[in-house]
Amino acid sequence: MGAFFHRHPRLTPYLLLAPGLAWLALFFLVPLAFLAYQSLQSGVFPNFEFTWEFSNFTEVLTDYREQFLRSFLYAAIATVISLLLAYPLVYWIAFRSGPWRNLFLLAIIAPFFVTYLIRTLAWLNILADEGPVVGFLQTIHVLGEGEGLLFTSVAVVGGITYNFFPFMALPLYVSLEQIDPRLLEAAKDLYASPRQAFMRVTLPLSAPGIVAGTLLTFIPAAGDFINAELLGTPKQQMIGNVIQAKFLESLDYPSAASLSFVLMAFILVGLLLYAKLVGSEKLTG
Amino acid sequence: MNPRLTRNELLRRGAAGGALLAFPSILAACGGGDDGGSTAGGELKTVLNFANWPYYIDTEKPTTLQDFTTQSNIKVNYFEEINDNAEYFAKVQGPLSQGDGIDRDIFVFTDNSRFPGILVNEGWVQKLDTSLIPNMENLVDAQASPPFDPNREYSLPWQSGMTGIAWNEELTGPVESIEQLFEDPKLKGKVSMLQELADSVGLVMLANGDDPTTVTDDSFNAAVDRVQAAVDSGQVVRFTGNDFAQPLTRGTFAASVAWSGDVVQLLADNPKLKWAIPTDGGMIWTDNMLIPTGGSVPTASTYMNYVYDPVIAARLAAAIAYVTPVKGAKEELAKTNPEMAANPLIFPDEETLAQVKQFDDAALENDEYITLWQGVLGQ
Repeated sequence: MGAFFHRHPRLTPYLLLAPGLAWLALFFLVPLAFLAYQSLQSGVFPNFEFTWEFSNFTEVLTDYREQFLRSFLYAAIATVISLLLAYPLVYWIAFRSGPWRNLFLLAIIAPFFVTYLIRTLAWLNILADEGPVVGFLQTIHVLGEGEGLLFTSVAVVGGITYNFFPFMALPLYVSLEQIDPRLLEAAKDLYASPRQAFMRVTLPLSAPGIVAGTLLTFIPAAGDFINAELLGTPKQQMIGNVIQAKFLESLDYPSAASLSFVLMAFILVGLLLYAKLVGSEKLTG
Repeated sequence: MNPRLTRNELLRRGAAGGALLAFPSILAACGGGDDGGSTAGGELKTVLNFANWPYYIDTEKPTTLQDFTTQSNIKVNYFEEINDNAEYFAKVQGPLSQGDGIDRDIFVFTDNSRFPGILVNEGWVQKLDTSLIPNMENLVDAQASPPFDPNREYSLPWQSGMTGIAWNEELTGPVESIEQLFEDPKLKGKVSMLQELADSVGLVMLANGDDPTTVTDDSFNAAVDRVQAAVDSGQVVRFTGNDFAQPLTRGTFAASVAWSGDVVQLLADNPKLKWAIPTDGGMIWTDNMLIPTGGSVPTASTYMNYVYDPVIAARLAAAIAYVTPVKGAKEELAKTNPEMAANPLIFPDEETLAQVKQFDDAALENDEYITLWQGVLGQ
């Protein structure tokens, strides 16, 4: 084997790449091709036929416009809230927590030791009408008598924010933690106010973390369905719920497949716009 | 040699090889059994894999399953993995459509869904070995000839049940009509319905004064519109399978469209739960045992024979409180538990049967109806 690599040095990288490429081909490209094939079929279960049915795409876009918009709105709100909550928290962990740093990081990841489904189900109790959150909000008159949180948009967005928070916090932490404190000292020496030092040193240097965090939060959040399923009503259903139901309830595979493609396309276009906006070098750190 | 070409070729070959494996067959390969020899449905096995719904078997030891093992030397792996006909069907149809087994010998589908019909028509289930089921003569006459399997060649009823309204007495008084369920302001935001079209739409049709045994576009639309209005007003918040049980017990829901036996079983630990057939009428349905492709016919048939013994049927009925399809079970139960034997939810009398209707078979396969109903679910 070694001799082979010596004789064909230029082959080595490709051989090393082969397992990864095979993995991608088998578990990403092949299913994707199958999905594309399915998205252009027509008919009723179990008799689907491949008929280049492009109208599937226009139909799902008009029929499920509301759920698409809702998904992106919920995902965007959850992403922004996560960012606003996570930034000060991980800033403090990165710069001020001293010897306790690893413990706090562990605390961020700790909920992940419990399965996703159970964590979301727990929100049913947290937000229940007789639960602590609703009781407190009623006491301070944010919620009126008899008003609740469960089965509202607030509950669904709250659930999404909670479930995807670590995906925002961890990349942010990595980028903040890498900042050389001497740079901040230098800023101070050059008569920057703390505010100026933050705006012109810390924030720009943590931008790759912000970008990575927003992407890792927004993309899976837009396709999420568990939170809307458990904490919402039919009026809070997201596009993930529609895809899930098309595949599992109504057995309408062509529509489900075209919905998946449309969602993927929207996210890709969004990603490109975002990359253009922030500069593509920030996407890769 | 040009390495780039080699890489391209490698990719091309890899993709071609992968494409040969159609997606469902990959799934089937994962689910494939290691117990071997289960292809022809031929020989008797020592293990029976039985997929059923929650709240559908006795749990007090020794259970009927344990006694079956003692009697026949067949161990039963009992899977409570069906919460919704469509969802379970979607899970198993991939391998079945490829002619592969799903590592189950018996699974259970409801006759108020389109799936028993699809399974029989597509040849995804196997014929029973009736020579091993002499107790089949105990099948009640009313169940002898369902439309999806007129001669009972492929299926036998597990239990029948009724769809009505359950409520939590801690939160509300009796809820005995759809009108109250949809309009009582005390129930606002605390009502769930069943995700199964036939159950929920059927009940609402009865409340509208329509006949769910012969569905028309008008009666279907009227029912769907009425449910939609209840969703829009915020009265109805969730559509569930068996999973209504926990939130109803905890008080997250005050009232739920629910299946009869589930609530009777929950009652044991939660006396505050009540269930009733609505004043405008309820729905009735039957769950059917079927043998999927790859399942062992002799093993499954042996078990079916066992549960069609009136003594066993009586024990099951007493434990799960659903309507037994086995003649003689009532007489058997009367010997040990006369109170249960008189329960009209387990052995419905004429009066009870007059209150419940079976959903229109043809309407179950209507694609437009399914789409409309999914729309109500927000999907």
